[in-house]
Amino acid sequence: MLNERVRIGRVGFLLLWVLLTVTSVARDIPDYQGFVSDYANLLSGSERTSLEMKLREFNSSTSTQIAVLTINSLEGETIEDFAISVAEKWKVGQKGLDNGAILLISKNDHRLRIEVGQGLEGIIPDIIAGRIINNIIVPEFKAGNFSRGIDGGVEAMMSAAKQEYDAIPGKPPTAAGRSGRTVGNLIYLLIMAAFLPIFIFGGMSRRKRRLFWGGPFGGFFMGGGGFGGHSSGGGGGFSGFGGGSFGGGGASGGW
Amino acid sequence: MKAWQIIVGILVILVILAIAVISWGIRVNNSIIAKEQTVEESWGNVQSSYQRRADLIPNLVETVKGYAKHEREVFAQVTEARAKATSMNINLGELTPEKLAQLQQAQQALSAGIGRLLAVAENYPQLRASENFKDLQVQLEGTENRINVARNRYNAACKNYNTYIKLFFQRIIAGMRGSQPKPYFEAEAGAEVAPEVRF
Repeated sequence: MLNERVRIGRVGFLLLWVLLTVTSVARDIPDYQGFVSDYANLLSGSERTSLEMKLREFNSSTSTQIAVLTINSLEGETIEDFAISVAEKWKVGQKGLDNGAILLISKNDHRLRIEVGQGLEGIIPDIIAGRIINNIIVPEFKAGNFSRGIDGGVEAMMSAAKQEYDAIPGKPPTAAGRSGRTVGNLIYLLIMAAFLPIFIFGGMSRRKRRLFWGGPFGGFFMGGGGFGGHSSGGGGGFSGFGGGSFGGGGASGGW
Repeated sequence: MKAWQIIVGILVILVILAIAVISWGIRVNNSIIAKEQTVEESWGNVQSSYQRRADLIPNLVETVKGYAKHEREVFAQVTEARAKATSMNINLGELTPEKLAQLQQAQQALSAGIGRLLAVAENYPQLRASENFKDLQVQLEGTENRINVARNRYNAACKNYNTYIKLFFQRIIAGMRGSQPKPYFEAEAGAEVAPEVRF
């Protein structure tokens, strides 16, 4: 009988989980895999690694974050709409500085776009982004040299971006997004934490309590650290983008 | 238990209730202000993105003029549409559905003018090939995209605000504040398709 209850609880939890995931899947924006997310396989393994390292190094020396995303198809969407959705989800660049940029390539549509964060619009204006696309990337892509085009484009973006934004001293880039919690919120959380057991266990007998912790919720509450984020390993590490915002700046092109 | 004890007890409960109601009211009020501010900000972005486009037009007209002097009619049309569009600067406070419709109409007329100008440009291969014109195209695309993004964000902020002040209890506070729902940008039937700037 006890087991049955546990099972029912588990099924309920699973249903809730499915419901939550289904609602968030409505629009399919890929997750990032690091600075480079090569879903269309335009780069070889070693090319991807060296580009990833280059962008990681660029992030730690200048705090500017450049992400590369390749996809197979836009599935009917315009590249501008897709790019801004990606930008809103990934939040490339540092919070407050908004110094992020995304190089997006859709292989089958033959379309590409450089989406420029609001803090970089001054030094990578649309014209520059357009020139990088038309003069550097597109000629290579037309000749089938995807990795050369991507690499050249990223190099050009980096040299354009280098004119501004030095690394912020004493501030690890990934901490920026999490430091918004105020004392007031903390107190509120503490109070909530104190009352939570009363809410949950209010009507439960001691036996049920034990069952509760052993049951489907046990893993959830006690497991701890379930949300590690996207760590891709390696020295220096990539632990997510910094919370930069975008306003639709940049340029698009095709090959 | 004596009568005065009961009265004191009731009073205490009433005071606690009053505090609860007032603090709830303050919270709702603050959240309305915060949401209103987001709408205001996004409205500001809509206007500055429209302005950004308008700022490009003199330059665009000059560039096309350099190659196509006698297309005076088109230049006059665009310049007039631009003047009309930029003359409409509306504060969020006085934004009504009618005013927003007017603004959209003026911006649409400007879009149409730009479209005509670009169509003219197509007849002049030298113009099309010039670096200056290519840059202008990129800039124009950029402004169209920013307008699009700004409008979408305004609509999203608006929706968030409008739904909140229409909630049953929240409506009371909104009524006391005199907070009005804000109008949305309507998707226009084909008319406001951004002028195609690719050749």
